[in-house]
Amino acid sequence: MTRTTVLRNLRILDPSRDLDEAGAIVIENGRIAAAGAGALNQGAPEGADIVDCTGLVAAPGLVDARVFVGEPGAEHRETIESASRAAAAGGVTTFIMMPDTAPAIDDIALVEFVLKTARDKAIVNIHPAAALTRGLAGEEMTEFGLLKAAGAVAFTNGRKAIHNAQLLRRAMTYAREFDGVIALETRDRHLGAGGVMNEGLLASWLGLSGTPREAELIPLERDLRLAGLTGAAYHAAQISVPESAEAVRIARARGANVTCGISINHLSLNENDIGEYRTFFKLSPPLRGEDDRKAMVDALARGEIDIIVSSHDPQDVDTKRLPFADAADGAIGLESLLAAALRLYHSGEVPLMRLINALSTRPATIFGLDAGRLCPGAPADIVLIDLEEPWLATKDTILSRSKNTPFEDARFTGRAVHTYVGGKRVYALG
Amino acid sequence: MDLFPHRHLLGIKGLTEQEITHLLDRADEAVKISRQREKKTATLRGLTQINLFFEASTRTQASFELAGKRLGADVMNMSVGNSSVKKGETLIDTAMTLNAMHPDVLVVRHSSAGAAALLSQKVSCSVVNAGDGQHEHPTQALLDALTIRRARGKLSRIIVAICGDVLHSRVARSNILLLNAMGARVRVVAPATLLPSGIAQMGAEVCHSMKEGLKDADVVMMLRLQRERMSGAFVPSVREYFHYYGLDAEKLKAARDDALVMHPGPMNRGVEIASDIADGPQSVIEQQVEMGVAVRMAVMETLLLSRNPELRA
Repeated sequence: MTRTTVLRNLRILDPSRDLDEAGAIVIENGRIAAAGAGALNQGAPEGADIVDCTGLVAAPGLVDARVFVGEPGAEHRETIESASRAAAAGGVTTFIMMPDTAPAIDDIALVEFVLKTARDKAIVNIHPAAALTRGLAGEEMTEFGLLKAAGAVAFTNGRKAIHNAQLLRRAMTYAREFDGVIALETRDRHLGAGGVMNEGLLASWLGLSGTPREAELIPLERDLRLAGLTGAAYHAAQISVPESAEAVRIARARGANVTCGISINHLSLNENDIGEYRTFFKLSPPLRGEDDRKAMVDALARGEIDIIVSSHDPQDVDTKRLPFADAADGAIGLESLLAAALRLYHSGEVPLMRLINALSTRPATIFGLDAGRLCPGAPADIVLIDLEEPWLATKDTILSRSKNTPFEDARFTGRAVHTYVGGKRVYALG
Repeated sequence: MDLFPHRHLLGIKGLTEQEITHLLDRADEAVKISRQREKKTATLRGLTQINLFFEASTRTQASFELAGKRLGADVMNMSVGNSSVKKGETLIDTAMTLNAMHPDVLVVRHSSAGAAALLSQKVSCSVVNAGDGQHEHPTQALLDALTIRRARGKLSRIIVAICGDVLHSRVARSNILLLNAMGARVRVVAPATLLPSGIAQMGAEVCHSMKEGLKDADVVMMLRLQRERMSGAFVPSVREYFHYYGLDAEKLKAARDDALVMHPGPMNRGVEIASDIADGPQSVIEQQVEMGVAVRMAVMETLLLSRNPELRA
């Protein structure tokens, strides 16, 4: 028997069709049967669930392409299940899980473990990214073909950088055969050595070693050249300075198949937030200056930066309650991603359609996921957003097992109120 | 009125000219005590001072120990090896353990910037930063200021040249802050590889030659160059470094005839400073050591008396 749900009186935003109109969404058997102004006229079949959504915006559920989870190996920080609950609360219906676990996801058995655990316990869609190199050691390629066939959607070295250009060239050449996207964070091991925050006056006063922007840019330019040489699909997973966005733009103009992403933290925060050694703001790449942040927001608005990720990275007190230089990098972000991104809409810096595109449609396209659309036939992965709801992000409402948020006590306007995955409501505010 | 409304001394940053002057005035008094035959007072009798050193430093630790003892406090030294991988875990855990013993002041040295500040958030007593990574070393800057003030009579409008490894130096950072707060003119002299990013905005005039940097200087403050930084990593060789940046009689001629020569110790003779200069008539390096005890007495007395008003005579 067909199960039908009708969401009515919505503003529907679907970047895949460049559609922004008032209407309804008809969900049948977990997929979208109709979405838009036209769907109003269809009339709901008998027995359908009718949900009145006056005042809400429907967007394709967010697709977060960079999420670290502690399972297997560090379940006290985050499990696949707890990450999925945090995701649902943030309007994230699909995420790509980084392979930085213990053991690393470098083998089909581990890909299968993640998929099975996700199927049994998670309330959102989870796709593993496999390690590009065995044990993330940066030395030997993993089995791209088998890993892809098992369900890995990308190849990455996670938090670690690839230093060996020869290895990377071969990996790119080989991965191309299997349509594998290679997603990397770039960090020169010598230039960035010892750096724990953005290089500059602030780091000098704090007595902390700085990471210059060139530590990100130089290996990125190398990677972009190799992507051009090999024809591989390359994704710069986390860029932090406008020079990197520029380098990707130029490589794309040369014909390379390259894209780039930025974390919401680098669009929302700057190095001054570190204050007196606040380790929740210790990230890799480091938070940069305010001029860089603004330039990155502009690059995002222009579409030169393709996607926004949360870079959700749960860390416990044992890795964060340390002197700044000794503390781990990373911040959680699944629950605050949408709300923090909406600040850029409310400030007038980035149009809503562009934001949703960068948060959902574009990442789904880059990683070949069946998501990021509200058109007929697409999975009914939907986030209903109240754009104007003011709220305070307090620590005690965090669903993630770790509490290392850089947005503690932040005031936001707008959030996810309902999240649907495969037509099923997996989150409702309040 | 409380002349020093701070619970901790974590750095020079945030101190006003008046507060610094207050500490230096108290330290002048402490010098008198240290020069008497009877050096022990009862000011802090009954209070407990713990020196918590995660980084070895015989000199600084001895100076703090003596300062506490001359004030009548009970002093305990804890030297914690810094080789353990999880330094920070040791820091917090050790601090909590010590806190349970009800110390009144913790003197902390650690190799990580911000360690003293982190610790101060976790304990209920006063914390004195005895050097945290490359961040600050406030009592060193205060003892340098006391040494200069006693020799020159003032700190305002004097020219101080800080020479050498400014990049890695917490002493340089604290001194730049203090000297600026007191209205002195600060120059830094070093090869560019040993200067921090943004130095020109830190309140110091940047000079790349000793001749230019020392011209008419009232004070020449030399910094220690760590051995591992001498041979190729930051400067090509000791020979080249000494040739261009080592303080010798020839280079010192650019400064005022009565310029003071200072060094926070321990010195590398023949690297940053020639032996005859270190031991020469313009050197006040030994006075610095004496002022160190006095300044630390002043700091601990000031912090503890403001928290324990009943101890005031």
